[in-house]
Amino acid sequence: MLLFLMCFALPALAQHEGHDMSQMSSQPSASDKPQATSPAPLPAPTTEERAAAFPDLHGMDMRDHMDDDPVIGMLQFDELEWQRSSGTSGDDAGLAWNLRSWLGRVDDRLWLRSEGERRDGRTEHGDIELLWGHATGPWWDAMLGVRHDFGQGHPRDWAAFGVQGLAPYKFEAAATAYVGDSGRLAARAEAEYELLLTNRFILQPKLEVNLYSRDDPENGIGQGLSDAEFGLRLRYEIRREFAPYLGYVWSRKFGATADLAQAAGGDRSEAQWVAGVRFWF
Amino acid sequence: MTEKRYRFDTERRQFVTGLAALPLLATWPGHGRTQNPAAPVVPELRGIRFELSVGASPVNLTGKSAWAKTVNGSLPAPTLRWREGDTVELRVGNRLREDTSLHWHGILLPAGMDGVPGLSFHGIAPGESYLYRFRVRQAGTYWYHAHSSLQEAVGVYGAIVIDPREPDPIAADRDHVILLSDWSDEDPHAIVRKLRKQSDYYNLHKRTVGDFFRDARRDGFDAAVADRKAWGRMRMSPTDLADVTGLTYTYLVNGAPPAANWTALFARGEKVRLRFINGSAMTFFDVRIPGLRMTVVAADGQPVHPVSVDEFRIGVAETLDVVVEPAERPYTIFAQAMDRGGYARATLSPRSGLQADVPPLDPRPILTMQDMGHGGMAGHDMSQMKGMEGGCGADMKMPAMQHAGHDMSGGMIAHPASETGNPAVDMQTMTPSRALDDPGIGLRGNGRRVLSYADLKSTFADPDGREPGREIELHLTGNMERYTWGFDGIPFSKADPVRLNYGERLRIVLVNDTMMEHPIHLHGMWSDLENADGEFHVRKHTISVPPGHVRSYRVTADALGRWAYHCHMLLHMELGMFREVRVDA
Repeated sequence: MLLFLMCFALPALAQHEGHDMSQMSSQPSASDKPQATSPAPLPAPTTEERAAAFPDLHGMDMRDHMDDDPVIGMLQFDELEWQRSSGTSGDDAGLAWNLRSWLGRVDDRLWLRSEGERRDGRTEHGDIELLWGHATGPWWDAMLGVRHDFGQGHPRDWAAFGVQGLAPYKFEAAATAYVGDSGRLAARAEAEYELLLTNRFILQPKLEVNLYSRDDPENGIGQGLSDAEFGLRLRYEIRREFAPYLGYVWSRKFGATADLAQAAGGDRSEAQWVAGVRFWF
Repeated sequence: MTEKRYRFDTERRQFVTGLAALPLLATWPGHGRTQNPAAPVVPELRGIRFELSVGASPVNLTGKSAWAKTVNGSLPAPTLRWREGDTVELRVGNRLREDTSLHWHGILLPAGMDGVPGLSFHGIAPGESYLYRFRVRQAGTYWYHAHSSLQEAVGVYGAIVIDPREPDPIAADRDHVILLSDWSDEDPHAIVRKLRKQSDYYNLHKRTVGDFFRDARRDGFDAAVADRKAWGRMRMSPTDLADVTGLTYTYLVNGAPPAANWTALFARGEKVRLRFINGSAMTFFDVRIPGLRMTVVAADGQPVHPVSVDEFRIGVAETLDVVVEPAERPYTIFAQAMDRGGYARATLSPRSGLQADVPPLDPRPILTMQDMGHGGMAGHDMSQMKGMEGGCGADMKMPAMQHAGHDMSGGMIAHPASETGNPAVDMQTMTPSRALDDPGIGLRGNGRRVLSYADLKSTFADPDGREPGREIELHLTGNMERYTWGFDGIPFSKADPVRLNYGERLRIVLVNDTMMEHPIHLHGMWSDLENADGEFHVRKHTISVPPGHVRSYRVTADALGRWAYHCHMLLHMELGMFREVRVDA
């Protein structure tokens, strides 16, 4: 209770002290006042003085001279990993990648995003997006561009638009809607977080969800929520730019997509060990 | 020729690698003498005519060889010693393969001599030279540096000492320049690129899961969660004390890394004047000389009423003169970086070759919501009350304490419309403090008498004497995540000049809407700092504004021309925290 009162009362005391101090500091300036006569108004500058103060720089200007928003590019493999899963359909190994690169200034950037998986030397499925990102606020960029799906199924092209940025509590998030041929719609949402075990050992949970408006049997996709993937990767930042990691990834197919997978002899859900590197330059 | 000075660098390096043995040597009785070769001697040039040449020189300050940009082959540049009232001529040649320039920091001069390319002159092209010529109208400690690109970060900076025409009111038997700086073997442009890609690149001291459990044990689980939530909501880190840190920087005194032990000599019974200059690109230093009180006698070259302190914080580009009266033994001049990631060190000694104990770095401070101007209470006033921080001042999370009537901030502050919805603005201070008496983050309640701006009082009254005729308010803004900086959310490239009328007295009010401290420098004119009650306090050329603070100062627009006005954190300036101030008749 006493401590509480002290805490309550002290700011008031400090405040009084502050006032006293400021009065003290005003004393010398008050006594000095007579000396502090206003200077005589400055004489109007001569033509020569004016010319000397504003030399002709022959079109040179510091605003051109100093680039306060340089064009910078970043190539970042968030994930480049070897995956191993064991399911009812047997052991399976593959490679996966997740690339996020950009080139531009603070407000406008050209983005290249790509993710996919390769198994048995073939790309099972992958997509690549080319987007223009425009800063809409301190934390978010609006994204507009195209996506191309490739791999074993039927290749598809989409128009893409969405948002990407840093959500409160420092979740990195991206949500994108896609419009394909004849009004086919899709959506993808991703969120990840970095948990600092130490400043170099970083545990990164990550969630990705995909939705589709229509069945797409050629690509093994059913209408609705098609699949979700949750990954947990523990990386060690040898340097900021280079961090090997180990992780575990659960993925699950839902609804019609799951039925299609099972019909094709696949699994509804899958768990995989992963090992890879995260690097950027 | 330029390489000559650095020939002993390999030797010095060998010494540095053998540093681990040093503390041992020092503890042997009678073996305080160490084997280190002399730290570099910074050349001093005196007179009225100076020939300076900007070029490139190999250096080895970290154990690896690198290239610096230097003046007359020297890092730091030669100390220039002028006399008040003289007209000095400085011919500056450029032996680089890019344009260069020299700017005389804090010196009153005609615009054409100020040395800012694209504002007041053309810059100096490779192979060419420029003749600076002006009358020296002031005395004291100043410095000079390149104003071209990031050359200042790689060595183009040096001290200026101006002897007064009248007998110096500051009596000292001996005089030493202590020029503090930061050095990285990395190209500063590469540092900029890294910060743009990952703005916390150089912060390896963020709070971890372990820190959370430690805080939860100490403060309670709910308090620890609430604290993480408050920072998380802002998407910021309370450990962001420096953009660029000891992870890449080596801190120098007069061009010497800590191990080289630059030594300032004195004789028995002498009063020694130390002229501290912070010529860093990005580093605030907290300076002390364990065992020795320092009497601060001048700030930014101008005399102040003497004040005796144990420690002071010196912002980038600021200068501070102190007088000390050492006993006949060595003392360590210890300048730790504000984020405690490293230190610069020299020795004040009666003989060369001696050294004193080097103190450990202080604990790394953690920013609080009060520091960010989100406190809504008199956090800074309380923190002045030494010894209370441990009791209840440090955390001050009790809602009952949020009685706004007690703070000096004057309540909520308005923000310019250009900050709203602006990607370049990631926070706004709500209830900033106008108090000058806060020693600053990491210096409160440390048991030492620490200088604050409230202690700095010019020995003269307001030299203009007029009440300011108008007021210009500018907000210091930035986005830590995107690593961009500006005034009012607008970077230099998109900003109109600030226009002043020749002869007017005006007030500039700076509101810091970022989480970093910014040393703001106006070229060509003085910045007369006011206290919270609007009374003239101290005349400076660089005004440091801590996060969550408002600073106001008066300016007499008595210098025609186009002047630079900017944050002196070099990367903040380069990435937008810069304005042209244009004084028209």
